[in-house]
Amino acid sequence: MLEANFSFSYRNFEVLKDIVFRLEEGEMLFVLGPNGSGKTTMLKCLNRILKPKGSILIEKINLNNLKLEEIAKLFGYVPQRGEVSFLTVFDAILLGRRPYIKWEVGEEDVKIVEEVIKLFKLEKLALRKLNELSGGELQLVLLARAFAQQPRYLLLDEPTNNLDVKNQIEVMRIVKKAVKEKNVSAIVTVHDLNLALNYAEKILVLKDGKIHTFGSVEALNEDVIREVYGINVEILKYNGRRIIVPEI
Amino acid sequence: MSVAGEYKRLIFKRFSFSLSLIFLLILLTLISLGLGSYRISVSELLFEIFNGNPILWNVRIPRIVSAIVVGASLGVTGAVTQCVLRNPLATPFTIGVAQGAAFGAAVAIVFLGAGQMHRVGESLTIFNPYIVPIFAFAGSLISVFVVLTLAKLRDLSPEAIILAGVAMSALFQAGVMLIQYFATDVQVASIVFWTFGDVGRTKWIEIEVITLAFIFCFVYFFYRRWDYNSLLTGDETAISLGVNPKKVRLEGMLISALLTAICVSFTGIIGFVCLVAPHFVRLIIGGDYRFLIPTSSLVGACLLLAADTIGRNVISPIIIPVGIITSIVGAPMFIYLLLRGKHVRG
Repeated sequence: MLEANFSFSYRNFEVLKDIVFRLEEGEMLFVLGPNGSGKTTMLKCLNRILKPKGSILIEKINLNNLKLEEIAKLFGYVPQRGEVSFLTVFDAILLGRRPYIKWEVGEEDVKIVEEVIKLFKLEKLALRKLNELSGGELQLVLLARAFAQQPRYLLLDEPTNNLDVKNQIEVMRIVKKAVKEKNVSAIVTVHDLNLALNYAEKILVLKDGKIHTFGSVEALNEDVIREVYGINVEILKYNGRRIIVPEI
Repeated sequence: MSVAGEYKRLIFKRFSFSLSLIFLLILLTLISLGLGSYRISVSELLFEIFNGNPILWNVRIPRIVSAIVVGASLGVTGAVTQCVLRNPLATPFTIGVAQGAAFGAAVAIVFLGAGQMHRVGESLTIFNPYIVPIFAFAGSLISVFVVLTLAKLRDLSPEAIILAGVAMSALFQAGVMLIQYFATDVQVASIVFWTFGDVGRTKWIEIEVITLAFIFCFVYFFYRRWDYNSLLTGDETAISLGVNPKKVRLEGMLISALLTAICVSFTGIIGFVCLVAPHFVRLIIGGDYRFLIPTSSLVGACLLLAADTIGRNVISPIIIPVGIITSIVGAPMFIYLLLRGKHVRG
């Protein structure tokens, strides 16, 4: 279980205030909110890329007391934008094993990377260099690396960025499967509210660096969206699914 | 073939490339041993070496060993600097190692009288040889510590290091020019002569110092190879992979700069090897630092040895300092990078 209770300031400017929530194992939490509301900052605080005030506990153990390498075994992180380099796709995904490698990679590490490559259908790109990939392909590599890390928590910052609609569905399906079958928890930031309605179990809505709403996905309604985003929407039902239609 | 199988084949190719570089270096060494004003055929080489041929033992072998260790040092420091500063054009010289050394050397030559010269044929020799390298090394150190201290105020970001480096380089360059302005003709000539990088001026004891420093630094860099690969993903992702980017950057910069400073202090300024060697490797086997570190060293060694051999033989008996040859080779590489137009890190 993850228990968060923290705030984060950047040079006297309070970016996040009183972020308090709990997440059980095997849950999928979507973090929503307008641009600049602190979604990305919140993810970065969770695995101590940034150092917030307060505490983040994993099974009652405070992350402040853990080394970076130990935190890296708990959290797999996918940033919004990936850096390109001359590394091959295989090498880049192999980096997910970095927290486990003592001196050199073993057969087990290579096997895990091979499985992840198959999972994301990256076989044909495995030996291509990152600087030769499209934005969508690079995004899949970033996701694959986080999976190769075999973390207990996936922190995905707009993971469907640059992906076509088929790949968006495919990626969310893979994440959901990992959440269900491997008891991994996922914390996902998105702008697409319909994606959240389709895949989230819990939502956390940020407004001006504070939690506006936290609860099950049903809590995402017209009023919350109007208060947070300042727009009117209609939520329709279609084939048992809810669809958000903004007023134009 | 499975993905893992294909990857293992790729790793084998990288190993083969490294091995072929070792053979190339041996070949270049044999050629270099034989070439010069006094030519020795390959078949006679072994006999001459064991017979203690003074030309080989006093002139060529120290020169060749010096070219190899200095080239290897510059190659590996270039690879590391480009990674930690996340800039394909970065080298230890970016943070003012060369300009600091030149300033130190200028101070020693002008103010401590190390600049009296005499002519030997066409070449100029600097007296009091140890004062100059000690001051050159001190000059480099000052530059490195000032740059890294300034950059620390800005969270040790690559941009801060580069900007502070450019500022310090300009300052030291101005210092050298000021000293030259008030120096005598002979002293100015000595300073200029010192800045021509030349592996022929190192003696055995100096070669031993460079070699020891290279071994220590190489082991450290190789130990950090996974951290350098992680840094290629950006600082934030590197943290999420368990790597402390600031620590790796600071140590990498410091150790690269110290190794380069030792080389420059004894040999003068040899540019472009740091820049060219890692890029050459990346084009052939990619940017994996597990291989980039050893192969950049080997390419650096091959490049400097080849350049020095050319410099010794092209208008023999006059020896062109190797720094001039490497700059001539390095310029087209810069243009190639410019035309390629892709900004990739590592």
